[in-house]
Amino acid sequence: MNSAFKFLDTSIGRKVLMALTGLFLCTFLIVHVSGNMQLFKNDYGLAFNQYSVFMTTFTPIKVVSYLLYLTIILHAISGFRLTMQNRAARKIGYGAAKDPRSSSWASKNMGILGTIILLFLVTHMANFWFKYKFGDVPYVQYMLDVNSGEVLGAPVGLTDSGHMKPHELMASDANGQPVKLVIVRDLYNVVKMAFQETWLVVLYLLGMIALAYHLVHGFQSSFQSLGIRHPSYASLIQGIGVWVFGILIPLLFAAMPVYFYFMKS
Amino acid sequence: MSGNMNLTLKVWRQKSQNAQGAFETYEAKNISPDMSFLEMMDVVNEDLIKAGKEPIAFDHDCREGICGMCSMYINGRAHGPLKGVTTCQLHMRSFSSGETITIEPWRATAFPVLRDLVVDRTAFERIQQAGGYVSVNTGSVPDANAIPISKENADEAFLSAACIGCGACVAACKNSSAMLFVSAKVSQYALLPQGNVERKERVLNMVSQMDQEGFGNCTNTEACEAECPKEIKVTNIARMNREFLRAKLFS
Repeated sequence: MNSAFKFLDTSIGRKVLMALTGLFLCTFLIVHVSGNMQLFKNDYGLAFNQYSVFMTTFTPIKVVSYLLYLTIILHAISGFRLTMQNRAARKIGYGAAKDPRSSSWASKNMGILGTIILLFLVTHMANFWFKYKFGDVPYVQYMLDVNSGEVLGAPVGLTDSGHMKPHELMASDANGQPVKLVIVRDLYNVVKMAFQETWLVVLYLLGMIALAYHLVHGFQSSFQSLGIRHPSYASLIQGIGVWVFGILIPLLFAAMPVYFYFMKS
Repeated sequence: MSGNMNLTLKVWRQKSQNAQGAFETYEAKNISPDMSFLEMMDVVNEDLIKAGKEPIAFDHDCREGICGMCSMYINGRAHGPLKGVTTCQLHMRSFSSGETITIEPWRATAFPVLRDLVVDRTAFERIQQAGGYVSVNTGSVPDANAIPISKENADEAFLSAACIGCGACVAACKNSSAMLFVSAKVSQYALLPQGNVERKERVLNMVSQMDQEGFGNCTNTEACEAECPKEIKVTNIARMNREFLRAKLFS
């Protein structure tokens, strides 16, 4: 244990910690963006609401989510410490402006970009995670076709006695036809309502721009910190960093607030 | 002579390590474009001496780009605007007449300014002393073919060994990190069989000394590679990270 701390107190150890936590957060982004794609489904939010139940109740996911919170905190604290040490390594700066050609803008501003992302994360967790966990997200009831599983119209709100749990049951509709009822908390509506606010949509877009720049440098940089670099696959890592983590994922995330902003039910 | 240049120099002047420094402006008149940057500085200094003023102190030695002594930060770039060139091999034709040139010392807490443009780079020597050598007793001179080395490794080791320890990597890095220098020294031995004996201790001790000297951490901006006069590659840094992890985890 002692030697592990000693390792993390070396310049390379600190960078290895940044790389490992950063890559773990990258894998989380893949899961998060894929799951949230269900927001685009044309089912009045049923799939997304059921997915939210699964993500907050399935034990292995719960364990991983606590690991995730810990990782975010570690990555942020470690990044802050690195930035402070790096500043101390040059107490008196240069008079002439540094030539911009020698390094990319993102690589020189990882601390600032990370801070923007952290502020975004706090807002994001307060908007949805906190509301879902501790706030008042009402239950709704979906009516589904028994055979096709198709959602038959918008869900209806339910009054919660305080003991309600997500569940499914069989019933019959007004015409006496059998239907399936699904009762879940309507996080989808919370998302939809939140993104009617212009300032919040703008904030989310800014957050995603910061994320894009952070990952364009961060993804490939983490492999370099781990010593994983060879001409045969360097361009592949670079390509994934730019196209998947720098463009595709932030773009898909950004599409979500934009979609709800312009949907205006 | 026609075609000669007139330049304005903004030079960092500082009397001693603890004195307060400041930029001073000088006119460099009638400078031949064929002069090297250091020859131009010599001309300016001669004028200063004639005027009874203190000449500008700067480091230099071989003036042919191999000793690693010259160390000027010119217009926001270590060793000036050219790629793969030390200050002494930079010529005035790379500038245009009428230009203002800003000349500063390397800036790093681990490289304190001693006077004007001269910095103390003994931190690099202490890192080198921590493990940048092979202490195997080799006896008499062995046959050249006694230790086979692949051409690839020999070339790679040679490219790493081209590092002259000038400190441009530290000067160019936004974090004043010495990773490129240390990784070149680690790589040069890690690639050769002679270096294998002390492989583990070398990387651990050199990195430990680097950290003690107060250099910053690596953010992989790769400014060091862009500014290195010997074009040392950042793949050396990846190799040093590997060597370090190997030494820490698998031994």
